Amino acid sequence: MSGVLLAVETATEACSVGLWVEGETRVRHEVAPREHARLSGRFIEVLLAESGLTASAIDAIAVGRGPGSFTGVRIAISLVQGLALSLDRPVIPVSTLAVLGQGGLRRHEGVEAALVAIDARMGQVYWGAFARDPDTGLALAATDEAVLDPARVSAEAIRPQDAVAVGTGWGAHGAALQVALGSGCAITEPEALPHAEDLLALARPRFEAGDAVDAAEALPVYLRDQVASKPRPR
Amino acid sequence: MRVLGIESSCDETGVAIYDTEAGLLAHALHSQVAAHAEYGGVVPELASRDHVRRMVPLVREVLARAGLKGAELDGVCHTAGPGLVGALLTGTLTARGLGLGWGLPVLGVHHMEGHLLAPMLEPEPPAFPFLALLVSGGHTLLVEVRGLGGYRVLGQSLDDAVGEAFDKTAKLLGLGYPGGPALARLAEQGDPGRFRFPRPMTDRPGLDFSFSGLKTFALNMLAKVAGSEQDRADIARAFEEAVVATLVIKCRRALEQTGLSRLVVAGGVGANRRLREALAGLAAAHGARVYYPRIEFCTDNGAMIALVGALRLAGGDRGDGEPLVRARWSLESLQPPGAA
Repeated sequence: MSGVLLAVETATEACSVGLWVEGETRVRHEVAPREHARLSGRFIEVLLAESGLTASAIDAIAVGRGPGSFTGVRIAISLVQGLALSLDRPVIPVSTLAVLGQGGLRRHEGVEAALVAIDARMGQVYWGAFARDPDTGLALAATDEAVLDPARVSAEAIRPQDAVAVGTGWGAHGAALQVALGSGCAITEPEALPHAEDLLALARPRFEAGDAVDAAEALPVYLRDQVASKPRPR
Repeated sequence: MRVLGIESSCDETGVAIYDTEAGLLAHALHSQVAAHAEYGGVVPELASRDHVRRMVPLVREVLARAGLKGAELDGVCHTAGPGLVGALLTGTLTARGLGLGWGLPVLGVHHMEGHLLAPMLEPEPPAFPFLALLVSGGHTLLVEVRGLGGYRVLGQSLDDAVGEAFDKTAKLLGLGYPGGPALARLAEQGDPGRFRFPRPMTDRPGLDFSFSGLKTFALNMLAKVAGSEQDRADIARAFEEAVVATLVIKCRRALEQTGLSRLVVAGGVGANRRLREALAGLAAAHGARVYYPRIEFCTDNGAMIALVGALRLAGGDRGDGEPLVRARWSLESLQPPGAA
């Protein structure tokens, strides 16, 4: 496969930007909350310069579309919308939960599944379960993503003993998640954050398959949609 | 200098292209006012969510209307503050992405500077220096404008902004949110002689304002009457008269104090008919002239941001692309272009 693929993921505490150029991956990854707006664009400039490319060389842009911090998700989405519009290139939106799951599977080759929980505050987690695709080795969604109380999560057919537990939700609600699942996981990574390398890995086959959207359709997925209450009629 | 500007500081998404030679080439706006009305005020998270949905179609719309491609622009600018941080970030990061893709400088613009200079979008723009009265839902300011980037705040509201006072009083009168314009319509039916509201802070020298007391005064008045349609119209009339009279007194003082002969009125309350009539009278008495932006540029819009960005880039400001947003940002801290 040839081409140049950019990846931007800022939905959590990590600002992670990657550039895949003809099989070679470069990443800038920094855990710097509140700095994403400044760092994300600068990382793109740095990676392009290191590769000796200008922005016009980019063929498609992958973006972590959430769930995560509302503002964090929008930083990547807005930046990528502007970039995709100006370059007239397609966008490949990828679940931030899947990016985390892919990271867990990448780090632990012997593990066949990842149970991903991001701390969603308000006593809830963003939840998704992923199985390793036997053909591609990539994380494949085994459940619908959801925002819910830790006591209500389900891993469907996945046995926690065979899985890696990934994400800040395991740090905040590890005990409750274990109770809900009936067991702990083989490995737990409560400090894991999404990484652009994994976003690129998930986006590459989709780019090849032409599974991409226009800039206007590259939109956040928040999962939590009840964010304001209407005043009671007096 | 041909610049695309993006405004997203509160509840309107605005995009425009301004050319320092040819003027305003295109502009487009999406207002979220209706979406927030049922919540009784702007919900910041909902505002940010809507900006993200509207941004790409609006940018494409202005490019199409102007018949331009990105390569034919000289810069991209965005409102960097003051405003809601989450909302500001959407326009700021979109601008950053556009600048990266088109290889253009990206400049952050002060929202209030946009409002102050909005009358320069009109066929007969005011010359510098001028006095500016900025009256909106978020701001009440009297500013001496010496030139681009040269601003001295002469007076401001110590509590509610004037548009906020309109909206809150409208709510008391059962007119919903945002009810400022509805209050003005109701006031037309009111008896001007029945009630008299105080003119806050006009009995002492100075150019500052205070409007929160008028809302309380309206509430007390409402408690004393039966609350019929006519009662409410009479209260609305007296409220509006007090606001207009107060603004006119302060404008007169500011004109006298500065010796300026041009008055710019910007912000949503600048659309109020009685205010316009009263200021016309003031101007006639003082040999001054009043300038307004067209009604659609009184409220938040992308055109004023594109204008300021184009003037600043043409004047030597460098768009360094660092996307910085600020919830608060002093107007007086601004410098003329090229100074930084």
